Amino acid sequence: MSITAASGQLDSAAAHASHPAGFARLMQAEWTKIRSVRSTVWTLLLFVIITVGLTALFSWLTVSNWNGPRAAPRDARVLSDPIGFIFGAGIGLGQLTICVLGVLLITTEYTTGVIRASLLAVPKRYPMLAAKLAVFGLLMLVLSEIVAFGSFFLGSAILHSRVPVSLSDAGVLRATLGAGFYLTVLGIFAVAVGALVRHTAAGISIVIGVVLVVPILAGLLPGNWGAHINAYLPQQAGSLIYAVHSSSGQLLTAWEGFGVFCIWTVLLLAAATFLLDRRDA
Amino acid sequence: MIEVTDLSKSFGDKVAVDHLSFTVEPGRVTGFLGPNGAGKSTTMRLILGLDHPTGGSATINGKKYAQLARPLRTVGALLEAKSVHSGRSARNHLLFLAQTQGLPGRRVDEMLDLVGLRDVANKRAGGFSLGMGQRLGVAAALLGDPQVLLLDEPVNGLDPEGVLWIRNLMKHLASQGRTVLVSSHLMNEMAVTADHLIVIGRGRLIVAAGTEEVIARGSGQTVRVRTPQPDRLTDLIVAEGGKAVLGATSNGNGTGAASSGDQAPVLTVTGVAAPRIGELAASASIVLHELTPQLGTLEDAFLELTSDSLEFGHLGAEPASQSIEGTAR
Repeated sequence: MSITAASGQLDSAAAHASHPAGFARLMQAEWTKIRSVRSTVWTLLLFVIITVGLTALFSWLTVSNWNGPRAAPRDARVLSDPIGFIFGAGIGLGQLTICVLGVLLITTEYTTGVIRASLLAVPKRYPMLAAKLAVFGLLMLVLSEIVAFGSFFLGSAILHSRVPVSLSDAGVLRATLGAGFYLTVLGIFAVAVGALVRHTAAGISIVIGVVLVVPILAGLLPGNWGAHINAYLPQQAGSLIYAVHSSSGQLLTAWEGFGVFCIWTVLLLAAATFLLDRRDA
Repeated sequence: MIEVTDLSKSFGDKVAVDHLSFTVEPGRVTGFLGPNGAGKSTTMRLILGLDHPTGGSATINGKKYAQLARPLRTVGALLEAKSVHSGRSARNHLLFLAQTQGLPGRRVDEMLDLVGLRDVANKRAGGFSLGMGQRLGVAAALLGDPQVLLLDEPVNGLDPEGVLWIRNLMKHLASQGRTVLVSSHLMNEMAVTADHLIVIGRGRLIVAAGTEEVIARGSGQTVRVRTPQPDRLTDLIVAEGGKAVLGATSNGNGTGAASSGDQAPVLTVTGVAAPRIGELAASASIVLHELTPQLGTLEDAFLELTSDSLEFGHLGAEPASQSIEGTAR
């Protein structure tokens, strides 16, 4: 091992070539982090395949069993709400990969100890979280819209012979774009929870609990106030954005519901940012 | 330059760092020494802004770490705890760090060459040996060509070649005028590496001085005497106010070689200097086979200095006498 080279001094050219560490630089670094870990890449791929694949599979099964034995109630449901059917199957399961990915994005920094390297590089801390959210948010938006429109076009093409549905139908374009928005915000919601608990298993349990379990429990609450609580839960409110047919007694409009989901996410992010600054890393 | 002023850190009721103040000057290797649990790592984490102090402050070149615009260009740190994702390659780990500081990508390859990881640069860091992981940590620390370096137990788990490499690297970096603070619980490693020592125990400063001074201060003045008439000499030494112990040496630094073949008993004398022992022996016509003032090792000095402050009471019982027994055989 040569010690003469050990100084590792930056030559002047390199020093001049370097720029202040602006936010774009931090985003570039966060992008390097995301793309350089195999599990992230695989989870994103899984998200696309599961969501679009299940939409196609369920649509095809439905069409091939149309008018089949005991299929009448389902056929009626598809006829009355084809968008609910198309997004229900694929996104219902595909969103779980986003819950996991969002949590892992930040908790792996803690479990592997990379957080120490990250915070030594960005000691003000919150710009690191902001850059991570910006990169992940943009990535999620692009992928989620691809998944949403892919699911819609594939699902509607397969269902076409039985239930014609088009983007120009009332509310369909909004619901399809909205499915992408919902998945994007869900991803950021999961990052916020991960940043708060800093523990992979706990983070994933909480986010999946909020998405799958809490709505069921809240549905059991009796009376008017139970319905109100239910309506303002993050997942219940947020999922309205990709529904076309409003259910009876729906308290929020699609955009209001999405707004409520965004407020939940912002509050969690504010708490996560506050604690990121306060806690020892 | 690193300045630590009245720095304190408690975790609940446990005080990890207790009103600690010291200065680390550039141009020399400063050893940061203390038993396990003395608060070395916590102090380093406080300097680096990873932990928030309960009281006091730590500055690097006059600024708090969090105030540094591109911190890796000023400070390089190798922490004891692992800080690399096992699924990420060495190159990508260094690349994202370089990007946060606006450093060019070829700087990453220069560092990989420097630490000898070029061939495994694209392999997952999870498969690295301890030594390779340590080299990657050094590459990350030197990435921004920093003026100040903090290395927490850098030689831990390294093979002799790796230890030598780190040792020479630290000396080389200090010779370039950089500030180098390196923590260790290995006293003898510090004796050959550090020019200056900061010794702490239970979060408190015990001594901050040059390495040779610490050794001198910590080792009591003892003299090794070999004589066929130990009883008569002992009486004379005791009469002089000193103390002589038969058959033991207080220090084990290489005097054993001279004793081979000589069956005369050995006295370890404290409280009377070597010339006076010679005079006493001469006045009573006692034959001396050997009269050697003992130089302490850093290990002795360290045990002497920290004997009151070891983290675990039962270990701290009598470390100095353990050392004597250990080397008397």
